[in-house]
Amino acid sequence: MSDPAPAPALPTAAVGRRRLPSLIWLIPVVAAAVGLWLIAHTWLEQGPIITMRFSSADGIEVGKTKIRYKSVDIGDVKVIEISEDRKAVVVSAQVTKSAWDLLSSDSKFFVVRPRISGGTVSGLSTLLSGAYIAIEPGTRKELSVNFIGLENPPEVTSDMQGREFTLHGEQLGSLAYGTPVFYRRVNVGHVTKFSLDSDGRGVEVGVFVNAPYDRFVSSNTHFWHASGVDVSLDANGLKVSTESLVAIIEGGIAFQELADLPPPQGPAPSGASFTLYDDRAQALQLPDLHREQYALYFPESLRGLSVGAPVDFRGIVVGEVKSLGVEYEKADSPIRFPVMIDVYPDRLRSRSLNGSSPGAYSQAKSRAIIDRLVAHGLRGQLRTGNLLTGQLYIALDFFPDASKAAIDWSGTPPVLATLPGGLTEIQDAVGRIARKLDRVPIEQLSGELSQALVSLDATLRSSQKLIGQLDSQVAPQATRTLGEAEQALRAANAVLAEDAPLQKDVQNALKQVAQSGRALAVLADYLERHPESLIHGKPEDPR
Amino acid sequence: MSCPRCAAVVHVRAPRSLERTSAYLLAAAILYVPANVLPVMHSSSLLVNQDDTILSGVVYLLRSGSWPLGVLVFFASIMVPLLKILALVLLVWMSACRSRAHMLARARLYRVVEFIGRWSMLDIFAVTLLVALVRMGRLASVLPGPGALAFAAVVVLTLLAAASFDARLIWDPAHGDV
Repeated sequence: MSDPAPAPALPTAAVGRRRLPSLIWLIPVVAAAVGLWLIAHTWLEQGPIITMRFSSADGIEVGKTKIRYKSVDIGDVKVIEISEDRKAVVVSAQVTKSAWDLLSSDSKFFVVRPRISGGTVSGLSTLLSGAYIAIEPGTRKELSVNFIGLENPPEVTSDMQGREFTLHGEQLGSLAYGTPVFYRRVNVGHVTKFSLDSDGRGVEVGVFVNAPYDRFVSSNTHFWHASGVDVSLDANGLKVSTESLVAIIEGGIAFQELADLPPPQGPAPSGASFTLYDDRAQALQLPDLHREQYALYFPESLRGLSVGAPVDFRGIVVGEVKSLGVEYEKADSPIRFPVMIDVYPDRLRSRSLNGSSPGAYSQAKSRAIIDRLVAHGLRGQLRTGNLLTGQLYIALDFFPDASKAAIDWSGTPPVLATLPGGLTEIQDAVGRIARKLDRVPIEQLSGELSQALVSLDATLRSSQKLIGQLDSQVAPQATRTLGEAEQALRAANAVLAEDAPLQKDVQNALKQVAQSGRALAVLADYLERHPESLIHGKPEDPR
Repeated sequence: MSCPRCAAVVHVRAPRSLERTSAYLLAAAILYVPANVLPVMHSSSLLVNQDDTILSGVVYLLRSGSWPLGVLVFFASIMVPLLKILALVLLVWMSACRSRAHMLARARLYRVVEFIGRWSMLDIFAVTLLVALVRMGRLASVLPGPGALAFAAVVVLTLLAAASFDARLIWDPAHGDV
């Protein structure tokens, strides 16, 4: 190593201060920018905090429960509180920015839990993942952040094509949310809601019919309960019909158009109202546009007659029993049992006119027809529909022999004359016979009868005595007489025998008579040919 | 200054050491916030879909009973980067002031900081392993969150800060020159 040459002169470092700060400071600037961007990004993604009121927070957990729209997470539950009135829970949730426009003031929130009903299984994924809150966006423009959550998921979501209809029925049957609606056994919709009518006299059922089947619903369409199994026994045998297995289990609604009516004016509008019939037969019969009420007073007991029992006009059901009752006018007047019936004159008329187009219904016309029928002997009668159960029905029939009657149309309702029923008639006849029998003086008769028997006994005894007398006195004499008679007959027999002398003599005598006869005939013949011989005598033989 | 032999520019001390270190430290400090606020891991499975920050992971570990692991993660991932930043800030500041106090202690502190710094990558390591391993389609999957990036940047920046700090600066005030 050589000594380093003495540095000539240490070059002085050019110490120059740069005016600008070092590029290294870009790093914190970039870091700040990145950090700010990350935070800003996250913060900007966060949308508003919304609150929803539910009746219970069952299944909802802070931090875990999501808010989803079409299974896309759009928010998290942040806070669950009990409302101020302690009747509900208020769930606060953070919603992403992009979901802001889903928060219409009429948007609906509901908790999705696993639901298994007869036909459908839904929310199955929530079995494992827990419930989530789903949103069904509304249509209004204005937005909101405070909502009241639904307890049940809405059955119709905004993206479903179809129409909703309202049905009015007597009872709900086994319908529930989501119960299927069938058209010709195709599942075309479901029940979306049900409630009692405002007056509580029926139920209102909302159904949703999916497109494109909704166009089959027209003003002529009739809906009926397709619940369960329809078993009918008719002349063709036993017939079981049902809509589907699902309908057996959980019921259903079916609809069909009435074929007999004039074609409808296009499909029914959304929200149209229909009647929900109890069964198919009821739904598909022609609608009874008009209704006339009559009262009938029957002389016999109404046991076995129930509301709804048919009013039968020679086998055709033309009405039904509406109510049964008891009435009396004054305390001492006889108690009467009015039976109110509804008669559907449309059924009567459409059948009586037989094909010709029925004219417009008018009450006067209908009354004229009824008047004529009553004049011909139309009467109501209670008859037994079923001998086993004793169910009665009201038969309208003609009884030309019945005493004259007419309908007083001023009464409300008018009273239709009645006759005692078939069984009652028999009962009456038997009663009459019994009463007559009752009037017979049996005791007196029996006394007389015993007297007669005593005298008969005496008579018989005397006749027996007489017979004994005959036996002892008359019989020997008679035997003797008979023996004599036998002798006489035997003698006669001997006289009449073929070889008896008398017989021979008679034969000979008869032969001579025959010869005499023949000689006389010859003589007569000769005299006819020679009448002169009577005078001149028989000429000499010329020979 | 340049080398008379090779004409390379030479420096008596690492040039602009304090400036660079403080720049890295500032960047690390800035990113420390999103690193802890934003989720580092997004795990989704059949059951749940969830985002985890480092702190929520620690809380989960502590709650579920594996507190040693929780403490380890807490120290390695939360305390260490924080302490490192603070320590380096202290070193830079005292060096800038040419303080003569506790010079030996400060030199040891620097060595500790340099040594311990790399262990902070534990979390990132765990996340990257999980992301690579847990790929079972719909059953379960793990994705890195935005926090992971920030956190990795924090660790890298503190490493860079430690590396750019010239330890000799600690002792320089003792000689009174340079």
